[in-house]
Amino acid sequence: MAMKRILIKGGRVVDPARKIDKVTDVFIEGGHIRQLGSVNYQAEEVIDASGLVVTPGLVDMHVHLREPGDEGEETIASGSAAAIAGGFTSVACMPNTKPPIDNEASAEYVFLLAERAGGANIFPIGGVTKGLAGKELSEIGQLSRGGAVAFSDDGNPISDAEVMRRGLEYASMFNKTVISHCEDLSLSGDGVMNEGYVSMVMGLRGVPKAAEEVMVSRDLILAAFTGGRIHIAHVSSAGSVDLVRRAKERGVKVTAEVAPHHFTLTEESVRSFDSNYRMNPPLRTTEDLEALKKGLKDGTIDAIASDHAPHSEEEKDVEFSFAPNGVIGLESTLPVSLTELYKTGILSLSELVAKLTCNPSSILGINRGTLGEGAVADITIIDIGREWVLDAGKFRSKSRNCPFNGRKVCGKAVYSIVAGKVFKLD
Amino acid sequence: MSWHRKHLLTLEDLTREEILHVLDTAESFKEVSTRSIKKVPALRGKVVANLFFEPSTRTRISFGLAAKRLSADTIDFVSAGSSTVKGETFKDTSKNIEAMGIDIAVLRHTAPGAPKMLSECIDARVVNAGDGPHEHPTQGLLDIFTIREEKGKVEGLNVLFVGDITHSRVARSNIWGLKKLGASVGVVGPATLIPKKIEELGVKVYYDLDEVIGEFDVINLLRIQLERQRQNLFPSIREYSRLFGINGERMKRAKPDVVIMHPGPINRGVEITPEVADGANSVILKQVTNGLAVRMAVLYLVSGIK
Repeated sequence: MAMKRILIKGGRVVDPARKIDKVTDVFIEGGHIRQLGSVNYQAEEVIDASGLVVTPGLVDMHVHLREPGDEGEETIASGSAAAIAGGFTSVACMPNTKPPIDNEASAEYVFLLAERAGGANIFPIGGVTKGLAGKELSEIGQLSRGGAVAFSDDGNPISDAEVMRRGLEYASMFNKTVISHCEDLSLSGDGVMNEGYVSMVMGLRGVPKAAEEVMVSRDLILAAFTGGRIHIAHVSSAGSVDLVRRAKERGVKVTAEVAPHHFTLTEESVRSFDSNYRMNPPLRTTEDLEALKKGLKDGTIDAIASDHAPHSEEEKDVEFSFAPNGVIGLESTLPVSLTELYKTGILSLSELVAKLTCNPSSILGINRGTLGEGAVADITIIDIGREWVLDAGKFRSKSRNCPFNGRKVCGKAVYSIVAGKVFKLD
Repeated sequence: MSWHRKHLLTLEDLTREEILHVLDTAESFKEVSTRSIKKVPALRGKVVANLFFEPSTRTRISFGLAAKRLSADTIDFVSAGSSTVKGETFKDTSKNIEAMGIDIAVLRHTAPGAPKMLSECIDARVVNAGDGPHEHPTQGLLDIFTIREEKGKVEGLNVLFVGDITHSRVARSNIWGLKKLGASVGVVGPATLIPKKIEELGVKVYYDLDEVIGEFDVINLLRIQLERQRQNLFPSIREYSRLFGINGERMKRAKPDVVIMHPGPINRGVEITPEVADGANSVILKQVTNGLAVRMAVLYLVSGIK
């Protein structure tokens, strides 16, 4: 089936990697892009894309799929289905499963389950340290052989600077990026939201921005010192954006991502005490939100990633102080990004698509994110004018903890195509 | 004016008029406690449930007695921690208790926002009896009631809170209420225990008690918990007491008619020395007496009975 010859006709093709933004056809053969342009091939399937936008398949470089360990919240199959439904043909999953992805076999297992699911490409991110315990380096070489595309201890931030130093050095042998969840645990303590006016009024423990910025500073210094590649996950504060911007100017090998909730929502949402506004790092202030948008515009922030973190209803539907951190995003990231960044004129369509395709692909070193001839035919077709209301009840994810539930958005993926396999979305 | 609220969750929510209405209603209930038969039939046939998910003695007894003086039936549920020992969630516990037919739930909980959550998941009326460091609206009301009783007014007074503002629901509720009634509010305490951005509530922040003590008409001392020392929020009780404790010597710098308050339970010799706690300026026990009248007023008003 994947071998089918498919013609995507008359769409606005946006391929930022090759600076293409024009109305043309895309011809797919053998699961690969055969040619762009008006062609006269015999196709078995023709997709009429007039009025639609055709982009490289979207890449979400930061998701949690919970399998193995917490299959009640998400599985690789349900996460794959959620990705496809949200327009993502590739995702990179964090290693904090039970057991964690800290050895070659567990990385291979992700590919096995992804293949069985038959949906999106799922690329494992390996743990920097064994058991994500922050002490001993994991077998980064073996993990790379098993297909790990990057390395991170994610939510268990590496507190020991020496371990981070060695991780950066060692991963650089394999040309791999270390993804850092920047949080000084001694400063964040048991905080549950941003430390500021709202936390003061509500009597909720605060997490200061300094908890993130202190660690961003440390990691930038270590990246500069080792020459290793660091990627700052889910940047949330204006100070972090500034630190990354200045490090880039100095030539540090740093990239950064932002999650849609951080450039869309602020700490004000927490006034509802709804735990779907609880995540780590927490929602910040309007000033931070504006700085994140500026960072997206000037290229300081390379990628948009959901930090898709499924949690069951029984876990989330408790007192705000006792709820776990994390929100889902695979099925809201594209529409929210289009609504908040493109419709508002902050990013051009090409700039936005780059942050969801070629940029994350390049950070992860995966051969995705472009519609160049010969590339794997991973494609997303988007109706950028479609107005609709996000309804978490209809999501393909097993979990419902979405902070954008009920939000009016503009733009929706209507086809996800993975190596020539077409998923028509409703 | 009439009262339209089903719940009392915060003083942040209340208008100046609503606060005054509670205080005036409490005035009339205060008289009940002076009668030989200390009971009115206002809530006869109604059930008030005291749900205490955090240990409390005086607030629980005060609410319980207030309900009884209004002739309500009362039930007590006491459980430490976030949920019951058997692992039932807070919502499930609450719905189970509501199924017994309660009319008003009085909730004390360690988590900010728990009363709001409760008000959204059950049909009964909800009174916040303290939710973590967020608010303790009836304590705020009884403090303001006591101030008004002592000083004859609230507007224009200078009120100082001393100590751990960060963890104090009493301070938060008082600040909202006092500001709405036109008082000026200051806070003084260790910089580590005064939350950032509190100035945005229109509050003045001080660190030197001796320098400012003479400016205030009312001084409300907050309880300092030893746990905060272990969290490195102040170095020692000894230093705390030297810098922020109220003693006879320090009282000489205060206005002669300054009103000394404390929400209790007091740490004698730490926040306050016995000579001040038991002295002429102290209204600490009057606060407790007034608490009963204020809680009767609140239960009566949220019940919706005219």
